[in-house]
Amino acid sequence: MDFVFAQFLTGLAGAASLFLVASGLSIIFGVTRVVNFAHGAFAMLGAYVAYTLTARFSGPFGFWGGILGASVLVALFGAVIEMALLRRLYRAPELFQLLATFGLTLVFEDLVVLVWGPDDLLGPRAPGLAGAVELFGQAVPSYDLLLIALGPIAFGLLWLLFHRTRFGVLVRAATQDREMVAALGVDGRWLFTAVFTLGVFMAAFGGAVQLPRDAVNHTIDLRLIVDVFVVVVIGGLGSVGGAFVASVLVSELDAFGILVLPGVSLVLVFVVMALVLVVRPFGLFGRAEAPSRAVPEPGRKPPAPLSAPARLAVAALVAATATVPLWAGDYLVTVGSEILIVAIFAASLQFIMSAGAMVSFGHAAYFGLGAYGAALAVKLLGLPMLPALACGMLLALAGAALFGWFCVRLSGVYFAMLTLAFAQIAWSVAFGWTGVTGGDNGLLGLWPDGWAASPRAFFWLCLAAAAASVALIRALVFSPFGLGLRAVRDSALRAEALGLGRAPVQWAAFALAGTVAGLAGGLFVFLKGSVFPDSLGIGTSVDGLVMVLLGGIGTVSGGVVGAVVYKALSVWLISQTDHSKLALGLVILALVLLFPAGLGGLASRLAPRRRRAAAPAVHPAVGVGGAP
Amino acid sequence: MTGRPAMDLLAVEGLAKSYGGVGAVRGVSFALAPGEVLALIGPNGAGKSTCFNMLNGQIRPDAGRIRLAGTDVTGMAPRRMAGLGVARSFQIAATFGSMTVRENVQAACLVHAGGMARPFGRADRRFRPEAERWLDHVGLLAQADRPAAELAYGDVKRLELAMALSGAPRLLLMDEPTAGMAPKERHGLMRATVDHARRNGIGLMFTEHDMDIVFTHADRVLVLSRGRLIAAGRPEAVREDPDVRATYLGGGLTFAAAPGRTEAVS
Ligand SMILES: Nc1ncnc2c1ncn2[C@@H]1O[C@H](COP(=O)(O)OP(=O)(O)O)[C@@H](O)[C@H]1O
Ligand SMILES: [Mg+2]
Repeated sequence: MDFVFAQFLTGLAGAASLFLVASGLSIIFGVTRVVNFAHGAFAMLGAYVAYTLTARFSGPFGFWGGILGASVLVALFGAVIEMALLRRLYRAPELFQLLATFGLTLVFEDLVVLVWGPDDLLGPRAPGLAGAVELFGQAVPSYDLLLIALGPIAFGLLWLLFHRTRFGVLVRAATQDREMVAALGVDGRWLFTAVFTLGVFMAAFGGAVQLPRDAVNHTIDLRLIVDVFVVVVIGGLGSVGGAFVASVLVSELDAFGILVLPGVSLVLVFVVMALVLVVRPFGLFGRAEAPSRAVPEPGRKPPAPLSAPARLAVAALVAATATVPLWAGDYLVTVGSEILIVAIFAASLQFIMSAGAMVSFGHAAYFGLGAYGAALAVKLLGLPMLPALACGMLLALAGAALFGWFCVRLSGVYFAMLTLAFAQIAWSVAFGWTGVTGGDNGLLGLWPDGWAASPRAFFWLCLAAAAASVALIRALVFSPFGLGLRAVRDSALRAEALGLGRAPVQWAAFALAGTVAGLAGGLFVFLKGSVFPDSLGIGTSVDGLVMVLLGGIGTVSGGVVGAVVYKALSVWLISQTDHSKLALGLVILALVLLFPAGLGGLASRLAPRRRRAAAPAVHPAVGVGGAP
Repeated sequence: MTGRPAMDLLAVEGLAKSYGGVGAVRGVSFALAPGEVLALIGPNGAGKSTCFNMLNGQIRPDAGRIRLAGTDVTGMAPRRMAGLGVARSFQIAATFGSMTVRENVQAACLVHAGGMARPFGRADRRFRPEAERWLDHVGLLAQADRPAAELAYGDVKRLELAMALSGAPRLLLMDEPTAGMAPKERHGLMRATVDHARRNGIGLMFTEHDMDIVFTHADRVLVLSRGRLIAAGRPEAVREDPDVRATYLGGGLTFAAAPGRTEAVS
């Protein structure tokens, strides 16, 4: 019993940092509608800067001054980022802000390694709080007790800020209704900057106070952002009170989950999150979001199947690609196979993103399930490659059908976050279930069957798979099913009124996309000869997103082009520099700023737009809900 | 239009819905026969759209019963209502903006025929003649290849009508069907729709701000004010009703000319 109590206190102490970071994310989203992917990175930065400052200045003043100073410094840095970068993106589709902040995350991850090195850094103990207090026969660290008090105090201060100051009233008004603030004559730009700065301050502070408890390293940002996404999704985006309740819930689940399900305690948190979202799709304290702008920009021509000459051109391109192994070396051919595999992955993601407006942040789950399914079919069942690939696709299908059933009940940001959460569940199972998956060591020695063992044969196999997948997906988009998918995307309201339910159509599409991603994952195993939990990781998911956005979300198969460009670029960057993340992050930022419509959108932007100017193009926002 | 058939197509009793304690619709009852044309009028905010939203299942009534051809359909989801033959247009028109005008109607035909689940074959080759016939019916055939998002607002309303009619509905609900159209067009569209409804025994219910349209085309008129039915009956009778006149004068609208509303897109 005493032990349970001590564990409970540990959970409460962990909640403080989580709440600080999550409330920052929630406040930023509430006003700016930006889901700040870099929030975990800002928290990480807070911890690193605090590490340096607290090491330089000692004593209680040095320690607390260092933590606060670090938070202020990082917050100011956040303000600069907001003004230089985000300001240009508020009008872009919400995805681009996510993509930009992801680019920032990549940049930060490499920068902290450059400055602080790659190793874990252990912060100093808080002066005067290094010991433990005896409570019910258990030793509880005094610093934990301080953190337990800090959570409610921070919550109280935020409450005062939002209810007792003019700034707070404005923030709340803007969260409710942004037009209203504009009408009041407040300069929205400065409000956004101030709110972003405050949110980053909370993140950095939350990261910094964790310093005496946890070592800091350059990978904690992703772990943090996932935890924080879970907290704000459970609590409700934009709700500080929700973030408070949810951070306690998540932290306690973490603390007790270790006792109940050692190894995969993370799963428990995500299961609770999924349950909350099924019962309350906008979190415990969240409000329904207005549907995001799903209809592509006006002036874009409705997608149509390729004309006969275009088909010939594509066939010629495939044939030309098939000659690559005849003139290129093994290294290039292997890189080519990898590009083809990620093209399959991108095409499958594009299917649900473009035709379905389902922006998945966890598509890696199905890539990884396909990979592990194929790998385990070889290891456990001793199957040859092709049946193993089929097993991988089946596992991916099962996973996508299961997870998708929950996900399609949500839309927009909540959909994105739930898909991410499910991918993290899959990742933590692969990571934690060492007996079967090999955990961090992965599964090795998985090579293609003899007939496909040479790089050139494997390349042709990948080319055939890619051509078939893309052709299949295009055929689907233009089939009645695809028309239905586009219909529920354009106007779920109209579709339902005609008799077409949104959820079943989207569920089927999600499961299909997962299956195709599973094929990519399976092929990837045989290309590399191994599989690691990374294949289900957030990095893989985001790679897919970047490729689709790069190719143009308004296109049908632009993601294939995006995959070729992005993968070739990242392979080249990795070969050229040790700081490939930094370079890739900068490239993403540049692309987001320069081509908000993607490379595919570029083509249509260059095409003449006479009709657009001529058309009245008055089409009130569709799908806004039945009653005006 | 005097003797009512034994079984009404639509029978509504005590329908009610409130938002945050404020009654948007308060105890509305009426019936509609097949082939009958019923206008639901009332000032802005009277509860007309809320009524429609309950009739096709878009929102769940707090109280009351809705019977369709004798079957209780209260609280049924819109897509099941559609399967039972309830079609509608929205006050803020909802169409599939990224598709061509023709594809919009083809999609409606596919849903109606139950063929939307087919993952193979080209959708743009299905129900093409049918779609074009409906587009012709509402006067949109010339724009069949344009993206729906580019249509003028009055044409979006026409497209909604074509989509609704293509499903061979038994009950057609039209929320401000002529908004955004020039006065001359309005009568033409209503005449064609009303004729079609009468010929095919479709129960037609519409809301409209243009009183000229209402009194020309409706068999019966229901007047809603602050969520309550304050009058119901033949157009001439309703026009003379003192309560109705008071409501409309209070709401700033008169029965005189037919100014319509001004969402029209020039
Ligand atoms: N979703 C909603 N939330 C809150 N109030 C609503 C909602 N929909 C309608 N109302 C209110 O219900 C009343 C009736 O609205 P509505 O049915 O749209 O009227 P009408 O179509 O006759 O103009 C109005 O006062 C409106 O403000
Ligand atoms: Mg209305």
